[in-house]
Amino acid sequence: MSQINSEIMPLTLTIQGGVDKDGHLDAVSEIEITSGEIIGIVGPTGSGKSTLIADIEQFALGDTPSGRKILINGLEPAGELRCNPRKKLVAQLSQNMHFLADMSVEEFLRMHAKSRGKDPGLANKVIALANTLTGEPVNPAFPLTILSGGQSRALMVADIAVISDSPIVLIDEIENAGIKKQEALRLLAGEGKIVVVVTHDPMLALMASRRIVMKNGGMTKVISTNEDEQRVFKDVERMDGWLTALRETIRQGEVVA
Amino acid sequence: MKMVVVAGTPGSGKTSVLMHAVKDLIRAGHSPALVKIDCMWTEDDARFKRLKVPVAVGLSRDMCPDHYAIYNFDEMLEWAAAQGANILLNETAGLCLRCAPYPDKALAICVIDVTTGPNSPLKVGPLLTTADAAVMTKGDLVSQAEREVFRERILEANPGCRIIEANGLSGKGSAELAQLMAGWPDICGEMVLRHNPPLAICTLCTGELRIAKEHHRGVLRHLDGFMEYKGE
Repeated sequence: MSQINSEIMPLTLTIQGGVDKDGHLDAVSEIEITSGEIIGIVGPTGSGKSTLIADIEQFALGDTPSGRKILINGLEPAGELRCNPRKKLVAQLSQNMHFLADMSVEEFLRMHAKSRGKDPGLANKVIALANTLTGEPVNPAFPLTILSGGQSRALMVADIAVISDSPIVLIDEIENAGIKKQEALRLLAGEGKIVVVVTHDPMLALMASRRIVMKNGGMTKVISTNEDEQRVFKDVERMDGWLTALRETIRQGEVVA
Repeated sequence: MKMVVVAGTPGSGKTSVLMHAVKDLIRAGHSPALVKIDCMWTEDDARFKRLKVPVAVGLSRDMCPDHYAIYNFDEMLEWAAAQGANILLNETAGLCLRCAPYPDKALAICVIDVTTGPNSPLKVGPLLTTADAAVMTKGDLVSQAEREVFRERILEANPGCRIIEANGLSGKGSAELAQLMAGWPDICGEMVLRHNPPLAICTLCTGELRIAKEHHRGVLRHLDGFMEYKGE
C-alpha cells in the first residue's frame, strides 16, 4: 500500500457504491476507471454530482455521508496519499471561480508550487499557459482577488496542468468558465490521465467514453457512449466550432457576417 | 479521562466540526462530555444537547474567556467525570490571539477557516503554533490550489502539526478528527500551559475608562514598540 505514489502509472481508480440521500444502496455497486479514460458525471442539480467528486477527491473510505469507498489499484490508499499535497494523486478543478487569497498571482503560484514540492519557477509557465486560454492576459503582479472569472478559471486550469500535475483529474462544470473549454479539457487531460468530468455540455459529455448518471445522491447507472452518439458528436463539434467563432467575432466588437 | 481543547477564531466552524466529531465518537463507543466557553452569549449548548451528550456552558462575561477556561479546567474535569464521560471536549471562544488555552497533556486543536486567506495562519499566533492539530474548514469555498497554499502556510507557522481538512456542513474530516481524539493519551498528574499568558494586567483591565496616557499604569507598549513600566 505504501509504495503507491503519484509517479505510478497506469492506475486503476475504483468507486465502490454507497448510499443515496435516503439511504438506499447505489444501483451501481462498483465502477473501475483506468488510465487514459475520460468519464462523465451527469444528473440534475442537487443529484449528488459534486458529492461524488468530493468522495473521489478525499479518497472516501466509507467515512463520508455517502458511505462510498475509493480504491487505487484495488487497495485503500494510505493516509499520506489522502492529504499530503506532495503525494497527492488528485488534481481538482472545482466550481469556485474566484480566489480569496490576498496575494499577487506570482506569489501565490510560487507558494503553490512549493506546497506540491515543485520548482517555484514554474509560476511563469502557468501564467503563460493561462494567457493562451483567456482573452485578457493575466499579469504576474496582479492581486489574485482582482482577476475576472475567466482569468481565475484559466489560471486554475493552467495551475493544474503544470503544478498539480496528478494522474487523476477531477473537473466540475468547466463549461461555465468563460474560457476555451475544449482546449482546457485537453490540457487538463494530458497524457494517460484519468479524467472525471461533471458536465452537461453535449460536446464534453460525448468526449467521455462512459458517464455515470446521478439521481437523489445515488449512482443510478453507467452509460457507455456508442457509434450513434459519436456521429452526433461530430455534428456537435462542428456546431461548437461555429458558435465559438461567432462568440469571438462579437467579443472583438466586429459584425457577424 | 482524555481532554480536548478546541480553539479558533469566531465563525471558523468549531461548533459544527465538533458536532460531527461527537457523533463519530459516540458511534465508536466513547462517552464525550462538552463544555462550551463563550463571552456574552451562546446557544450552542442547545445544538450540542440534541446529540444527547452532557453539555455545560460557561460565560466569562468581562473576564478573558481563555483565562476563564484555564482557571476552570479542574472543575470541568470533575464535572465530566461525574457525568460518566471519558473524553472532555472544551470549546473556547479564542479572541485576542496572544495566548492559547492549551494544557500540555490535552489534545490541542486549532480550527481555522480557509476563506480568511493564506496570511491568516501567520496571524493566529500561539493558538495555532502550539496546537497538535489544525482543522481547516470551509475548503469547499476555495480552489484546491488555494487549500494547498493555505496548508503550506499552516506548516510554516507550526511545522509539526497534523492537518485535517474538515467541512462543518458535510461532516468531511470528522471521522479522522474523532480517531485522533480517541487515540490521545489520558491526562495525568499536574498540567501546565503550553504558552505564556499575555502581559500582566494594566489599568484598563481593572476598569479605567479615561483614555489619556496619564491615567494608565503597568507595563505599557507605545506605537513605536517602546515599552515602559509606569507605577510605584
